[in-house]
Formats: sequence, structure tokens, C-alpha cells
Amino acid sequence: MSGLSISRRGLLAGVSALGASAALSACGAKTGDDTSSGTAAKADTSGSTVKVGLLNSLSGTMAISEVTVHNALLLAVKEINAVGGVLGKQLKPISQDGASDWPTFAEKAEGLITDDKVVATFGCWTSASRKAVKPVFERHKSLLFYPVQYEGLEQSPYIFYTGATTNQQIVPALDYLKKQGLTRLYLVGSDYVFPRTANKIIKAYADANGMKVVGEDYAPLGSTEFSTIVNKVKDSGADAVFNTLNGDSNVAFFKEYKSSGLTAKSMPVLSVSIAEEEVKSIGTQYLEGQLTAWNYYQTTPGAANTEFVKAYQAAYGKDKPTSDPMEAAYISVYLWKEMVEKAGSFDVAKVKAATDGIEFDAPEGKVTVDGATQHVYKTARIGKVGADGLIEEVWNSGKPIKPDPYLKGYAWASGLS
Amino acid sequence: MTTTVTPTAPAPAQPSAPSVLTRLRVPGGFLLGAVLLLGVAPLVLPDFRLSLLAKYLCYAIVAVGVSLAWGRGGLMVLGQGVFFGLGGYAMAMHLKLADAAATGQTLPDFMQLYGTSDTLPWWWKPFGNPLFAIAMTVLLPMAVAAVLGFFVFRRRVKGAYFAILSQALAAALAIWLVGQQATTGGTNGLTDIQGFFGYDLNDPVNQRTVYVIIAAALLLVMALARQLFVSRFGELLVAVRDSEERVRFLGYNPANVKLVAYVVAAGMAGLAGALFVPAVGIISPALIGIVPSIGFVIGAAVGGRASLVGAVLGAIAVAWAQSTLSDAFPAAWTYLQGLLFVLAVGFLPGGLASLATVVRNRRTRPTGSGETA
Repeated sequence: MSGLSISRRGLLAGVSALGASAALSACGAKTGDDTSSGTAAKADTSGSTVKVGLLNSLSGTMAISEVTVHNALLLAVKEINAVGGVLGKQLKPISQDGASDWPTFAEKAEGLITDDKVVATFGCWTSASRKAVKPVFERHKSLLFYPVQYEGLEQSPYIFYTGATTNQQIVPALDYLKKQGLTRLYLVGSDYVFPRTANKIIKAYADANGMKVVGEDYAPLGSTEFSTIVNKVKDSGADAVFNTLNGDSNVAFFKEYKSSGLTAKSMPVLSVSIAEEEVKSIGTQYLEGQLTAWNYYQTTPGAANTEFVKAYQAAYGKDKPTSDPMEAAYISVYLWKEMVEKAGSFDVAKVKAATDGIEFDAPEGKVTVDGATQHVYKTARIGKVGADGLIEEVWNSGKPIKPDPYLKGYAWASGLS
Repeated sequence: MTTTVTPTAPAPAQPSAPSVLTRLRVPGGFLLGAVLLLGVAPLVLPDFRLSLLAKYLCYAIVAVGVSLAWGRGGLMVLGQGVFFGLGGYAMAMHLKLADAAATGQTLPDFMQLYGTSDTLPWWWKPFGNPLFAIAMTVLLPMAVAAVLGFFVFRRRVKGAYFAILSQALAAALAIWLVGQQATTGGTNGLTDIQGFFGYDLNDPVNQRTVYVIIAAALLLVMALARQLFVSRFGELLVAVRDSEERVRFLGYNPANVKLVAYVVAAGMAGLAGALFVPAVGIISPALIGIVPSIGFVIGAAVGGRASLVGAVLGAIAVAWAQSTLSDAFPAAWTYLQGLLFVLAVGFLPGGLASLATVVRNRRTRPTGSGETA
């Protein structure tokens, strides 16, 4: 029985290794100790170029959306380099693939900060990926610019949120529906954090504003089976559907919706995750006349947008649409540039101190950074899908709305968090 | 006693009279592994690379279990994500509660944001106790595997049906976790874990300690698996894999043999999940569903599922390749991963560990008909 004696020796080695590990653990910091001095990442700003991290899913289920954001980020970096860079230094973009997998996002963020020594990182799409990288950026005191509308209830000192928070997208959308007299709502969403949180807010709003939620259904992410849900919607007597489905599920949902005889006239669907890119993949015939809520459309008027669309299509193809998350990503690089130039330094603490009141003539109109929340003042825009697949604005909030990620300024939302 | 059931699929036969060289091979290899993992790696690797290695070693611990259950037992365990997840969540629940307690809160941060109640759900409460939580990281997966295995193996469910059942279980758990956002964190999972039993995970020194614990755990688990491989149980397990009916006629109950292998593999996956949490700082349904569950066996398949070292090195190599290659070829990596799996299972069932043997056999028998596929 040679095997037995071997394993005994192996076990012995293992046990002594465990002993060694216990001895080693004696020298680390305890929770609550101040470790801030030793852990801040050193971004490399010594050369004539500085590196910026682009962290998007280039593979996996989210790639279809995130690649367009990645393209918009690259465009902004290229444009900034063409006019002299930031503080006289050219930007070198380092692209990392988050692979639609949250722990991978955390791993790549760690690599960008500690290995590549980037001065700032741009990217992430899903809330889950943002939640995964948040501790990494906080630990290394490095900056992340997050470009997608999200469910609010977050304010990391090391993240700038350039997409809409709930009071810049969902709340104005509800105001719009209420004004149209569409007060009985059916909520349909994918089963993850954004739809569940959004629907919690919608229900609180409805209670306080004389509206009624007549049904609420969730489908697993990527689900394509909607006959049951659409039948329930049809029998519910709702005035409108509030749709927080994400990705491919929308294709199946809208096909089912149309074939069941429901139309934009009889029961409009207001979607918060369908932008120009998604309209193309779902098919205009299924979406024509339906409503969306964003802060930017390809058709938004203004010289800044004309130039943005022209530059994007020149770089990536004439038929490529631009969308809200792409625009928010594009302006995030410019906003960071303005912050760095105002601070006169790439140093994170100095950049953070210089953020409040930074303005930028964005394709969506003028945006202003709110230093207190590290979010951006944005104009809410309700749009209607046209026959050409583009989205035409039918209503806007008139002026940029102050970001309020915790909905503190809304009495009806007091019980939410 | 096992002369009637010689292993035909890849499994090194036990030499009847080991020479000095073979006798030294195993302890020597073990010592070399220990020196590399515990001595060389922490010295030469920077913090970031070491934390990546820690993550790969967690996958390797799962692979040890896969090697036992699939390589030796023939059980196509395509649902190891379930056990990995149970272990991971058990650990993460305790760490989240400890983090909350450290800041004077009773509820973890995500429950304050998304929760519906001001009190902790009853099934979270026991995880406040560190000893209970640590025990559960291994015992909970083993208990689930025991219950499932008891019914499945007694009814002689095997092959593809067993694999499908494992996958369904993985999908079900992932969907359930996503649906219970208020108490499980939903798709986000449990994130932002700050401390590990009183030590601050943001301190690189503590991260290195976590690595050492994981490396030591891998070595222990390998020693345990090796013990099982060479024991009477290990021989019986191979016999069940190769000819279940014959083992039954010999008077053994194959269901019990398979059950033990399945439960032990589940415990190892649970341990790996528990260690993954302090190393990576997150556990989420994305690590539990069907795709990651397949991912857990690919490494073992490529390296050689019946060979302990092959499975471990395969798991580390595939995880490393994923980190490295997915940046250079983001779109192509998934295909490459699938291709590797198909090639390994279809053409090299013994994995890379068996490559030398296969080539040698080809040379001596040019007809090549006696392969082990």
C-alpha cells in the first residue's frame, strides 16, 4: 500500500502549508484599519502618452450592445487625440473584453488599473458588471465613467454616471403617460436588477399619482417565450405597457404583441431599453408608433449631434445608427477631458474636486456635471419609432433635469430606499 | 481482486511492484507542486497575477472533483456550478453579514437598497455564525448531492440523462437566485465584499494570504483525491464506470459507489466556491448556470479527466487561456473553447495527459484500432 503512505506525507505537507498560511495572515490589515495610503493606484502619466481603459463586453450576450459603446468611446479618443490630446498628452486606449461575465469585468478592471496604469476607465453596461467593478475602482481610487441609464440608488465616489438615473428617464416617462391619460399600466421586464428596481419606483409613483399597475411580469434574460405574458397583457385592460425587457427578448415580445392584434394605437408600449440599434434588430414593422424614453436620439436637433452622427457613420459605416448609450459614452470621454484640464492634472483627487459645474455641448444638448452626485444634468426625451427605424421626439422636459439618484426630492419615493 | 475488470478507458493501472522511481514520482511531484504554488508563485508574481492564479486554483479544485466523479466514476457532472454556487453563496452570505456588522448595520447593503423588509430573512440568520457558514460551504453542497444522487443513482439514471439532469439543476438554481433579488442580490449576486474573517481584503497582504489558503486547499484536496484513487473504493469506482453490471453481479451496489464519488466532488466544488469569494470578491448567478457548469469540466477534459494532475493543469491552463486570449480574440475565444472540448472528448478522451501514451500506442500498433475511445 504505497499509495497510503504517500498520501499521508501529502497530507502532512498540506497541513504544514495551512500552518504557514495562518502564520502569514498575521501581518495583514484588519477590517476598519486605515489602508488608504498604501493601496491607491499609481496611474502612469510620465510619458508623452497616457493610457485610458475601455472596458466593454466584446464577446458574449452583451457584445451586440456594448461593441457600439466601445466604438463611440474609440471615436471620442481619436477626436481628442486629433486636436492635441489632454494636457498635451495623447491618449492610448487599452481595450479589455468583459466577456458579458461579471467576475471577468472585475478582473479586467484590476488589470487595467494595476498592470496598464490607466488614468481613467470608460465602460460597463449592465448594473451587475458595474456592481462587480465598483469595489475595484474604490480600492484603487481610480475613476470609472459609466455611460448607461440605470436604476439609480448608487453614488460611488469613484464612478461618474453619464447615463440617466431614474428621475431623468423613468419618472419623466411616467409624467408623460399620466399627461396622455394612460393611467392603467402593465409592467413587463427582464428578470434582473434594473427592471425590478424600476418597477418598484413605478408602483410607488402610480400609488401617489392616481395611476394603477394592473399586472407585473418578468421573463428570464434572453427568454423568447412571450405568448402567456402577451395574453395576460391583452386581457388586463391596461392603457399602456411599461417595458423594461432587455436585448433579444424584445424581438420575441414585440412579434407576439403584434400577432395578438395589439397595436401602438390600442395599447402603446413605452420601452426604456430600446434604442436605434435595437429597433433595427427587432424590425421596424413591429415597433412603428411605439414609445421610448431616453435623453438622446439620432434625430435630436443641433450642430453637435449632426457632427457626431457624421463622424460616427464615417468611421463605422453609413447605415450605422447612433443611440443614447453611445452618446453618453462619447460625451463621458469629453467630460473627463474637461475635468482634467480644469484640474490641470490627471490626479484623481484633483479631478474629482474640479468636476462640479463642468459643461459640455453634447449631441443631446448642453449637459452639466453635478459634483455632489457625480451624475449629469440631462434633458428627458420621449420618442416615437418612425417608419424609417429612427426615433422622433414627441416630448421633452424643456430643460436638463438635476440628477437625483436616490429620488430624495420626490415625496412619493420616500419609502423606496 | 480486480483482475476481471481492467480499466479500458484512460486510467493509469496500479503497478503491482512499484520501482523506486515510480514510488518517488508521486511524493516528488506533490512536493514540487507545493514548492511551486506556495514558494515560487508568491515570490515571483505581482499582486494582480497572483490574484488571477488564486482564481484559477479555485477552478482547479472543482476539476479535482470532476476528475473523481467523471474521470474515474464516468459520471458526466455537467452541473458542478450548483455546488460551486452553494459554497460560494454560503461564504459570501457570512462575509456580507460580517461587513454589515462592522459598520453597525443589521442588513447587507443590497437588502437595504432592493429589499422589501427591515429584518433579515430567517434563512440568512444562521450564516452570521462563522463556523456554521464555513461548515455549510462544504456540507450544504454535499447534502444536496447526496439527496439528488440517492434518487438518481438508485433509479439507474446515467449517461446523457444524468448530464441533462445536472444541467437542469444548474439552470434552475441560477434562475431562482435571479428572481429573489431582495434576498439574494438577483443578477448582481453578492458583491463588494470588504472583509474576510476580520481581515481587510483591500490589503494586498491579505489577498496574498487568501492565495496561500487556496493553494494549500488545492494540495489537500489533491492528496485526498489521490488517496481515494488508490484505495479499494477507487478501484471499485473505475470498475463501476467500465462495467456497472459486472460490479453488480460481484455483489456490490454501484449506486452507493457513484453516490460517494458524486458527493465528494460536490463538496470539493463547494469548497472552491467558498474560496473563490474572498479571492475574486463576488459570487453571482452568472457563475452557476449552464455555461459556467460546462466551463468547469472543459479544463478537466482537455487536461485529462482521469488523471489528477492532468485535470488540475488543464483547468488552470484553460482559465489562463480564457483570460489572455479573450482580449486578443474576443469573438473567437468561445468557439475555440467549444472546439477544445469537442476535440478532447471526441478524439483524446484521456486529455493531454494521455497524449504520450496514445502516440506510443500508435507507433507500436500502426493500425490504431485499439484506441480507448
